[in-house]
Amino acid sequence: MPGSDPRPQADPSGADARTAGQPPHRVRVTSSRRGAAPARSRPVSSDLEEQTELGDVYLDGLMREQLRLSLSVLALTVLVLATLPVVLALVPAARSVEVLGVGLPWLVLGGGVYPVAWGLARWYTRQAERIEGDFADVVETS
Amino acid sequence: MSSPLSVAAVVLVCLTTLAVGGLGLRLSRGTSDFYVAGRTVSPRMNASAIGGEYLSAASFLGVAGLVYDRGVDMLWLPIGYTLGFLVLLVMVAAPMRRSGAYTLPDFAEARLGSRAVRLVTSVLTVAIGWLYLVPQFQGASLTLTFVTGAPPWLGGFVVMSVIALAVGAGGMRSITFVQAVQFWIKLTALAVPAFALLFLWLRAGHPEPVVPAEWHIPLTPTGPDDHPAYRTASTVLALCLGTMGLPHVLVRYYTNPDGVGARRTTVTVLALLGTFYLLPPVYAVLGRVTLPELPDGARSDSIVLRLPTTLIDGLGGQLLTAMLAGGAFAAFLSTASGLAMSVTGVLDQELLRPRLSRLTGSDSSAIRGFRYAAVIAVVLPYVISRASEPLGLATTVGLAFAVAAATFAPLIILGVWWRRLSTTGAMAGLVVGGVSAVGAIGTTMAVSDLSGWTGALLANPAMWATPLALVVAVTVSLATPSRIPASTRRTMLRLHTPERVGLTRTRARES
Repeated sequence: MPGSDPRPQADPSGADARTAGQPPHRVRVTSSRRGAAPARSRPVSSDLEEQTELGDVYLDGLMREQLRLSLSVLALTVLVLATLPVVLALVPAARSVEVLGVGLPWLVLGGGVYPVAWGLARWYTRQAERIEGDFADVVETS
Repeated sequence: MSSPLSVAAVVLVCLTTLAVGGLGLRLSRGTSDFYVAGRTVSPRMNASAIGGEYLSAASFLGVAGLVYDRGVDMLWLPIGYTLGFLVLLVMVAAPMRRSGAYTLPDFAEARLGSRAVRLVTSVLTVAIGWLYLVPQFQGASLTLTFVTGAPPWLGGFVVMSVIALAVGAGGMRSITFVQAVQFWIKLTALAVPAFALLFLWLRAGHPEPVVPAEWHIPLTPTGPDDHPAYRTASTVLALCLGTMGLPHVLVRYYTNPDGVGARRTTVTVLALLGTFYLLPPVYAVLGRVTLPELPDGARSDSIVLRLPTTLIDGLGGQLLTAMLAGGAFAAFLSTASGLAMSVTGVLDQELLRPRLSRLTGSDSSAIRGFRYAAVIAVVLPYVISRASEPLGLATTVGLAFAVAAATFAPLIILGVWWRRLSTTGAMAGLVVGGVSAVGAIGTTMAVSDLSGWTGALLANPAMWATPLALVVAVTVSLATPSRIPASTRRTMLRLHTPERVGLTRTRARES
C-alpha cells in the first residue's frame, strides 16, 4: 500500500489567477504556451478525492460497470444451475442417459458444475481487472 | 472398535496443529501480528487457508452421509458451498478487502458509522460462529467414539482444547499456516482411501449400488407433501449468499495484499473446493454398494469412516480408517479454529479490550484479553454441543448459512453497491432478516411434525427471508434519506477505486 507516497497534489498556479490582484503590478493577460501548464493540470484522481461532481461521475461509471459485470455472472450461474432440472423435467428420457457408465445427473451435479464455476470466476476476474485498468488509465492521465 | 492407528492419527493431527501454532508464537510480536498475519500472506497460501478453513465436518463427513442417505439431490449442497465463493467473488471480494475491515462489525461501522449497527452485527457474528462451531464439536465426538470407542464427550473436548491453545498462543499468523496445511491434509486423507476403495470396487467387477430408483433422480419428493424444488432452491440460495456472511470467511480476506489479490485468491479457492467435492459422492455410492443398510442407531454421517474396514480386512482397512479419522480431525480443527478466531476477535474487540485497556492500556494486556476471549469463544459452543441432540452435521451447518444469508448478505451487498443505504435501513434489514431466519429455524426445531408448504418454508427460510430483509432495508432507507451516512461517498470511493489510483488521503488512515 503506497500510503506514504508524497505525490504533489493539484497545482493551482496556471488557470487560476484571481489571487494576483495587487494594483501596482502589471498583469500578463495572454496565456503563453511557453512553460505553461496544460489546460487541465490535475488528474481526475484528485477530483475523486475532493469529491467534485466530475469525480462523482467517474466513480458512478466505474461502479455501474462493475455491478453490471457481477450481475451478468450471477445470471449466467443461475442459468447453468437451472438447466439440468429443467432438462430433466422436460425430457424424462435424459434421466437414464449415461456417459461412461455414470448417470447424467451424477455427472453434472457431482463434477460438471465445478469447472464451469471456475471458468466463470476466471473470466470475471479478468474482466473486472480490465475495467479497473481502463478506469485507472483515464483518471490518472486525463 | 478400538484402533491404535486411528488414535495415533488423531493425536498426530492435534500435535501438528499445536506445533505450528507454537511456531507462530515465536513469530508474532505485536498486536497487529496477532490479528492479520502482518498482511504478508501470499494469495496461493491464502486460498489454501480459506479452503482448509472452510471444509468442515459437514463437507468431510456430512455430505457423503447425506448423499448416501438421500441420493443425487444432496449433491446440491457441495455445489452451494462452492458457488458461495463465486457469489462472494463477484459481489464483495475486492471491495471488502479495500474497505480495510477485518470483521463484519468493522465493515458495518466503517460503512455506516453507527455503533448500534456494529453491535447488532457483532451479536450476529458471534451467534453464527457458535451455531457453526456446535456441529464441529459433535462431529469430533462422533468420529472419536466411532474409531476408538471413547466416551462421546471426549472428541469435542479435545478439539475445543486444541483450538483454544492454538488460537490463544499464535493468533492469526499461525492459524494461516495451520489452515493452509490442513487443506492438503484433508484432501489427501479423503482422496487416498477413496482411490483405494474405487480400485477394489473396479476389481470386484464394479457392482451396482442397491438403491431405489429415485436415488438417481434429482428433485424427487421424499414424501407426498414434500416440495423438493423449493427446498433445494432455498438451500442453494442460503449457501450461495451465506458464505459471504460467515465470520471465518471474511476475516481471511484481510490477509490478502489488495483487492486484486482478494479476487485471485477466490478463483483459486473455487478450484480447490471443486476438486475436494469430487470425493464425497464416491463414498456415498460405494457405501450403497457395500453397506446398503446401516446398523441400527448408526448415523449416516459415519458412512465415510465405516467403509474401509468393511471392504478391507486387517491392517489395510485400519490404516485407511486412521487416515480418514486424522483428516476428519483436521477438518474439525481447522474450521473450529477459524471460527474461534473470528468469534474471539469480535468478543475481544467488543467486550474485553475496551475494559482491559481502561485498566492498564498496554499491549501486553491486549494480548491477554485476546486469550481470555479465545477461551470464552470455544467453551460455550462446546457446552451447547453436549446439551443439544445432534441434527446431522450438514443440516446444522445449513442453519448457520441461512441466518448469515438473511442478515449479512443484504447488509454487505447493499453496503458495497448502493449509496442510498441509510443507517436505519441497514438496521431494519438486519433485524427483520435475523428474526425471520432464527424464528423459522427455531420453530422447525421445536415443532417436529410440520409438513407441506408451512414445513418447507420454515425449514428453508433463506428463499423468503433474504429478499424480505433486502426489501425492508431498501424501503426503510428510501424513507429515511436523512440517515444516509455523510461518509458514504468517501467509503464508496475507497471500496471501488483500484489500488493503482493513488488515493493518498483516503487510504492514509488505513495503514
